[in-house]
Amino acid sequence: MTALTVIARAEDDTSLRPVPWQRMGWVTWRQHRATLAWVVVFLGALAVGLLLTGHQLHQAYVTAVAACRPPANSLTCPNATIAFDGANGFLANGGILQATPVLIGAFAGAPLLARELETGTFRYAWTQGFGPWRWTLAKLVPLAVVLATAAGVFSLVLDWYYQPYFVAANQNMGLEELTPFYPALFGLRGIGFAAWTLVAFAIGALAGMLIRRVVPAIAATIVAYAALAFAAGGWLRPHYLPPAVTSSLNIPGSAWVQSQWWTKNGTFAFSGWPPESLFAKYCPAGPPGPVGPNGKPKQVGLAQCLTPHGYTQWTSFQPASRFWPFQWIEGGWLLVLSALLIAMTVWLVRRRAT
Amino acid sequence: MNVIESSGLSKRYHSTWALRDCTLAIPAGHVAALVGPNGAGKTTLLNLAAGLAAPSAGGVTVLGGRPAGSPAALDGIAFVAQDMPMYKNLSARDMLHLTRNLNRRFDQQYAEARLGELGIPLKRKAGKLSGGQQAQLALTLALARRPRLLVLDEPMAMLDPIARHDFMASVMTAMVADGVSVVLSSHVLAELERVADYLILMSRGRVQLAGEVDDLLASHRVLTGPAAEADRYAERLSVVHARRGEAQAHLLVRSTADDPVAPGWEAHPVGLEELALAYLREQTEVTR
Repeated sequence: MTALTVIARAEDDTSLRPVPWQRMGWVTWRQHRATLAWVVVFLGALAVGLLLTGHQLHQAYVTAVAACRPPANSLTCPNATIAFDGANGFLANGGILQATPVLIGAFAGAPLLARELETGTFRYAWTQGFGPWRWTLAKLVPLAVVLATAAGVFSLVLDWYYQPYFVAANQNMGLEELTPFYPALFGLRGIGFAAWTLVAFAIGALAGMLIRRVVPAIAATIVAYAALAFAAGGWLRPHYLPPAVTSSLNIPGSAWVQSQWWTKNGTFAFSGWPPESLFAKYCPAGPPGPVGPNGKPKQVGLAQCLTPHGYTQWTSFQPASRFWPFQWIEGGWLLVLSALLIAMTVWLVRRRAT
Repeated sequence: MNVIESSGLSKRYHSTWALRDCTLAIPAGHVAALVGPNGAGKTTLLNLAAGLAAPSAGGVTVLGGRPAGSPAALDGIAFVAQDMPMYKNLSARDMLHLTRNLNRRFDQQYAEARLGELGIPLKRKAGKLSGGQQAQLALTLALARRPRLLVLDEPMAMLDPIARHDFMASVMTAMVADGVSVVLSSHVLAELERVADYLILMSRGRVQLAGEVDDLLASHRVLTGPAAEADRYAERLSVVHARRGEAQAHLLVRSTADDPVAPGWEAHPVGLEELALAYLREQTEVTR
C-alpha cells in the first residue's frame, strides 16, 4: 500500500503554526448538534406553551383592567380578578421554568468532558494535532455563546408573559402587582435567564472534568447550581446596591421591601413587629386596619396607633427603577463567574491532572 | 534522533508508583516492542509520552527533544490508545473528517483508499464495525496524519488471530513505505517477536532491559554445565537467571560469543522469548 499523495514533510517543524481555530467549528457542530437540537426543541415547546397560556393571561388582564379601572364595576371586577389570577398556568409558577437553565446547563455541559473521560475517547481527542486545551476552549466557548443566546431569545417570551403582573397601576385596581425583584421571577426575566443558563453550562463543564462520569457530573451540577441560585437570591441580590430608606408609609407595591424598623425620638425602638407590651399599651383595640397576607395587620394600621405616641416607621427598600441595574449587576458577575469556571476547566485539561 | 527519550520518569497514582525512575532512549527507525506483564507500567509510559498525563517526577521528550504533549509533539505522533477509542455514533467518514479537522496534515485520499481496500464502508458507524475493522480504522486515522512516530498501546488485545496478522502487516507496510517509527506495547512477547527489532522489557514500573533485538541476543548466552559447579562458576559471571536441575544447570549470562567458556560447560545462543522470560522472572524473584 503506497501513499497516493506525497506530502512534503517539513523537517524543521518545531516552530509550526497551530491548526486554525475555525477547524473546530465543524467538529463542535458535528458532535453537539444533537444536543443543540434537543435544547431548541425543549425551549421551543416551552415557548409554545407560554405563548398559548400567555395569550389567555393577557386577555384576562385586559378584561380585568376594563372591569376594575376606577370607578370599578363592583359586579364584574371580582370575577375578572379571579379569572386573571387563575390564568397564570402551571408553566409559569411551576419549577420547570426555574429548572430550565440548570437542565440545559447540566445536560449540555456536564457530559461534554465527562463522556470523553468516561468512554476513553479523550485519548483520541487530546492526542490530535489541535491540542487538548485548545480543543476544550474551542468547544466550550461557542457552545456557551449559542446556549446563552438561545436562552436569551427564549426569555423574551418570558418577559412578555409576565408583563401584566408588573404594571404599576395594578395595586390601585386591586389586581396582583409584583415587585420586579420577586425572587421566583427575577432570574427568569431580563438578561437573568441567559446568564443563569450560561453559568449552569460552565458549572456542568467543570463538574464533568472533575468528576469524569456523566451521571454524577449532572447530579453535581444540579446541586451546585441550586446552592448558587439560593445564595444569590437570599444573600447577594439584596446588597447589589445600598437600599433606599424612607419614613413614608406609602411604599409602592413595586418596591422590594427589605426591612422595617421603628424609632422613637430619633433612637431605635424595635424592628419588625412591636413587642407585646407596647402593642397592648398603644393598640388595645386589637389589630387595627386591614390584615396583610401574613395574617398580621398592615403596617399602615399599626402606624395609626403608634405614630401619635412619637414612633416613626422606617422602611429600607429597593425601588422598582433599579430592576435593570440589578439585572446588569447579576448578569455581570454570573458572566465573570462563567468565564472563570470555563478558564478553570481549560486549565485542568491543560494540566492533564490524572 | 530518539523518538522517545525519558530520564528519571516517574508516575504515581495516589500511593502506588505506576512508573519509577524510567530512563530510556528509543532511537528512530525501529519497530520497538514495549513488553511486560499487566501492570508493568507500559500504558503509563505511553500515556506520558503522548501527553495524556503529567509526570510525577522526571521528564519525557519525543521526536528529538519535543516536550511530550507540546503542539510540535502532538503534530508528529499518532497515538492509538488501548481499546481504540472512537466516537461510536460517528460514521467512518465522519471520523475521517473529524481527524482531518483536528490535524495540520491529513491524507484524505490515502485514508479513503485504504478503507476501500479493507472493505470498511464509510457510511457505517464506528461502533457497528467489527473489532478488527475498528482497529484498522483507528490505524488508518493515525497513518493518514503522516506521523513520524506511531504509538500503539496494546493494539492486539481486541483482535482475533487473523485480524492481528492483517493489522501488523499494515503497520509494517507503513513503516517500510513511509519510514514511520513505531512503538507498540503488549503483554505477550510472542505477538511482537517477528516484527520488533527493538525491545524494552518492563515490569513493576521499571525498565528491566532495553536495546536492539540483535544486540540483546548477541550479548547473552545460555551456559549449560554440571549443577555442582554452577554456584562457583556463577560468581565469575553476570548471571541474569539460573535454572538448576538434578545434574545440569542452565545459566543465562551476559556474555558475547567470543568469551571463553569454562571446561565442562557448553554455550548456546538464546532466543528472544527465553531472554525476556529470564529477565521478567529474575525481577519477580528479587522483589519477592
